[in-house]
This record gives sequence, C-alpha cells and structure tokens, in this order.
Amino acid sequence: MVKFLIPLVLFIIMAIFLAMGLHLNPSEIPSPLLNKQAPAFTAPKLLAPTETLSPADLKGKVWLFNVWASWCVSCRAEHSVLNQLAQQPNIMVVGLNYKDNPEDARGWLTALGNPYAVSITDQEGRVGLDWGVYGVPETFVIDKKGIIRHKHTGPVTVQDVENVLQPLVAQLQAEAE
Amino acid sequence: MKCLIFLVLLWVNTVYAIDAKQFTDQKQQADYESLTSELRCLVCQNQTIADSNAELAADLRRQVYEMLQQGQTREKIIAFMTARYGDFVLYKPPFKIKTSVLWLGPIVFLSIGLLMVFWLIRTKAQKKVEDEQEHGHQEKLVKIRRLLNEEEERS
Repeated sequence: MVKFLIPLVLFIIMAIFLAMGLHLNPSEIPSPLLNKQAPAFTAPKLLAPTETLSPADLKGKVWLFNVWASWCVSCRAEHSVLNQLAQQPNIMVVGLNYKDNPEDARGWLTALGNPYAVSITDQEGRVGLDWGVYGVPETFVIDKKGIIRHKHTGPVTVQDVENVLQPLVAQLQAEAE
Repeated sequence: MKCLIFLVLLWVNTVYAIDAKQFTDQKQQADYESLTSELRCLVCQNQTIADSNAELAADLRRQVYEMLQQGQTREKIIAFMTARYGDFVLYKPPFKIKTSVLWLGPIVFLSIGLLMVFWLIRTKAQKKVEDEQEHGHQEKLVKIRRLLNEEEERS
C-alpha cells in the first residue's frame, strides 16, 4: 500500500508546485520600494525645460507616476487608457519620460494627447534607476505623505483602472495628510 | 570561406558584447568584473549585467562603474542595488526565511536520494540472503525425499 502512496504523494506535491508556477509571472518583480518614501529627484519638465519638479512639490497630493517613452510600443497601447483616466476629477498623473528624445516625446504628446499634469525628462535613466524601473511602462501610486503605495508593471488596462487604481486613489484621497 | 565567416562572427561577438570599462586600480577592476557578473539584468532575467546588451544592463554597469570610481565598497553597491530592485537583482540571494527553500531544497533532495539508495541496497541484500536460505532449504528437501524413496525401494 505504502509503495503506491509514495509516488502518488510525490506526484501531487509536484503538481501543486507546477500549477503554482503556471500562475506566476516571472517578469513581475516585487518592488522593495513599496510602502517606502518615494525616491527624491529634481528633473526638468518636458514642456518647460527651464523649470524642475521634485516629489516634495507634490506633498499633500495623491498622484500617479507613469513611466513612458515614445519608443515604447506598449505605452502606445496604454496611452488611450491614461487619457481617459486623466479626465477624472482628482486624479493627477505625472509622467516620467524615460530615456527618450525630448523632441520625439513632445511630438508624441501632441499627436496622441497629453494625459500628464506634468512630465519630467530622464534622458539618462537615472531617475528610473532610483525608482527601480526595469521596463516601460510602469505606474506607481504615491500617497499624500509621499509614500509609494502601489506599483503596476506593464501597460495599464481599463480593468486595472476600474478595479485597482481608481479605488486605491479614492482610498488614499480619504487618508489624512 | 565558412571558417572565415565563423571567425569574423566570433570576433564581432567579443568586440560588441560588453562595453569594457577600464580602471586604473587593479582591485577596482576586479570588483567591477565580479560585481557585474553577480548582478542580474532584470529585463533579460537569465543574464548578468556583464553579459547583457539591454539598455538597463548598460545603465546598471555605468552605476557600478561610477560608484566604484567614487571609492564605494562592494557592500554599499550591493545594498544600493537591492534597495531599488530587491534581492532578485542578486544571482546569489541572501539566506532568509523566504529563500530558505532555495538554499535548503537541494540538500533535502540529496539526502532523500541517498536515503532511498541505502534503503534499496539494504532490502536487495536482505532479499538475497533470504533467497539463498530458501534455496538451501529446497536442496535439503530434495535430498530427504530421495533418501526416503531409496528406503522405500529397499524395503
């Protein structure tokens, strides 16, 4: 009896691990920055290069930080979703134009619409490195205290907006500063 | 001709694979080489940042280079990377509760394997002894029967 039970048990254990493996997404790496203070930066604005922005300027606001680039194909897919999202009241999307040519980036915003309250440029990818960006697009949600509360890897879909981002932003808006 | 193409391809590979960074200090050069071959490129996950041609890998190499030039230690650079990308960026993850299966798994599997081998050898050996005993028993039975038969025939 035991003779038959051992392979059966081994098979079940293996099957459980393999089934778990099927549902993991190896390209989604958990960010150690979650629930930590947003990394500081001072970067020039894309549309007004003489002015700079840093996260400290946004204290007291709930904001989304979206990493994008004109060379990024998935960003194109995501863009219409962001355009819609930006029309909602009390949603503020800040863009990080990552390793891009500012000319191309401005052209992209003119052609496809600009969902960003403000975009900053990061031509060398240094801000991205501090934020642990490893692929574009990525989206962070930052609360009123300047703490990263959520990270989304890959293009944001309508479902993500409805099921995750909007409820989370609403919840964070209700929190005290 | 084929051989020539092959050689050219080999050369291209070595020339364009890595943007070699030069240090004046030997130790820094060694640190740079060991660090870049211990850090994982997060885009092409099965390559180190020394092997990868991805843009992110180039950025991380530049970061390692700059930090070494500033005289920062290996530990500081590794801490810098894990603070941003997590333990995943390390090819050699630290021992924690979360990574214990990773570290202990092979030892556990190896001991299970060894135990199985010992168990199999022992049962096989026992069976052999039993078989031999059984065999000797059979032979004796045959001899007894033969003797009995002879006795009967004589009487």
